[in-house]
Amino acid sequence: MDFLQPSSWDDALAARAERHDALPIAGGTDVMVELNFDRRRPAALLDLTRVPELSEWSVAPDGTVRLGAGVSYGRVIAELGDRLPGLAMAARTVGSPQIRVRGTVGGNLGSASPAGDAHPPLLAARAEVEVASAARGTRRVPVAEFFTGVKRNALAPDELIAAVHVPTAAGPQQFCKVGTRNAMVISVSAFALALHPDRRAVGTGIGSAAPTPRRAPDAEEFLAGELDWDRRPALPEGLARAFGERVAAAASPIDDVRGTAAYRRHSLAVLARRAATWAWDDLRRAA
Amino acid sequence: MRVTTTVNGTERTADDVWPGESLLYLLRERLGLPGAKNACEQGECGSCTVYLDGEPVCACLVAAGQATGREVTTVEGLADGTALHPVQEAFVDAGAVQCGFCTPGLVVAAHDLLARVPEPSDPEIREALAGNLCRCTGYEKILDAVRLAARRQAAQ
Repeated sequence: MDFLQPSSWDDALAARAERHDALPIAGGTDVMVELNFDRRRPAALLDLTRVPELSEWSVAPDGTVRLGAGVSYGRVIAELGDRLPGLAMAARTVGSPQIRVRGTVGGNLGSASPAGDAHPPLLAARAEVEVASAARGTRRVPVAEFFTGVKRNALAPDELIAAVHVPTAAGPQQFCKVGTRNAMVISVSAFALALHPDRRAVGTGIGSAAPTPRRAPDAEEFLAGELDWDRRPALPEGLARAFGERVAAAASPIDDVRGTAAYRRHSLAVLARRAATWAWDDLRRAA
Repeated sequence: MRVTTTVNGTERTADDVWPGESLLYLLRERLGLPGAKNACEQGECGSCTVYLDGEPVCACLVAAGQATGREVTTVEGLADGTALHPVQEAFVDAGAVQCGFCTPGLVVAAHDLLARVPEPSDPEIREALAGNLCRCTGYEKILDAVRLAARRQAAQ
């Protein structure tokens, strides 16, 4: 096994172009588990922790945050809780302090687990993944199209994840997750919601309840159409429930060691109902 | 491959390191520092917690090569010679040590908490130690130890 340690983004892309058999590693919270347990023996590791460009974030004039792939969950919590509240809420539920200081949003996207905690809020916020190769430069992939199967993503063999572009929240966002305890838990089901009062739209993201993280487009359209965005009365209980049922219907969960398909569907309906109620209450208070 | 890293203030070099090897293996098996414990090897238990460039990490989830040129502090680096660090002393005095296997990781995690938050609330202590498992104590004595260390630190 080779250990490749580029110290710039250009060098990293060059190394990737040359070595399609290298496994990129950032915080190591997924990759090292696979190595420690002999589940994977890549021909090389491509260490991205020395690439300074990856650990930066910036804000474009339109308010979109460009979050470098190597920014840790700990930094998302400490530095971006105001701009990206949904992602920061999800980041707070990741592992433990030791994991959050190492794990990165780019790594979560690279692993592309259906249970990745960053994915639902990125879906709800309509984020885009910036990927790059030495040969073809940069392209941007809507996050909903980035996940192509269980632990599979849209990266070509010569590409690396550079960053994720996430619009600064225009309204309240929520994230909720069900697991057996608060810390150190892989979600049984997870749900993220973003209200976009500027364009009277609703964003959703479902985790751990389908082969990939996914949106619930029908539920989004339904809630956006039913909400009284002008007067903003309390969210009718029936509407919250109907939204929850539509979110649950968008999932295609399976039975596994962490939970049954039926429980995942049921819990998603509950999470979605609560998230909608909390976010709408936040919006009413803000008015 | 060769890995050179600063461990507890001293530059250390190891040769013939396998590139897929963890920092934990490097510390325990190559550098003779068995303080960080090898238990779950998947970041779930916190027994291998060490500082990497001042931040507490699971050494089992850091590739050895990633520590090249970085600063590592293990539990062995906390005491001043034979004098225990106040956090270690508090663990002994509070009876927070039973079999002792989780203790090094908990001591490093508690050390980090008290350096950042000198007078932590109970929820802050629980949150800071959420990634460290103990199967003996039931955690109450560990919480006592952290509270005791904080009190002694404040009294100084």
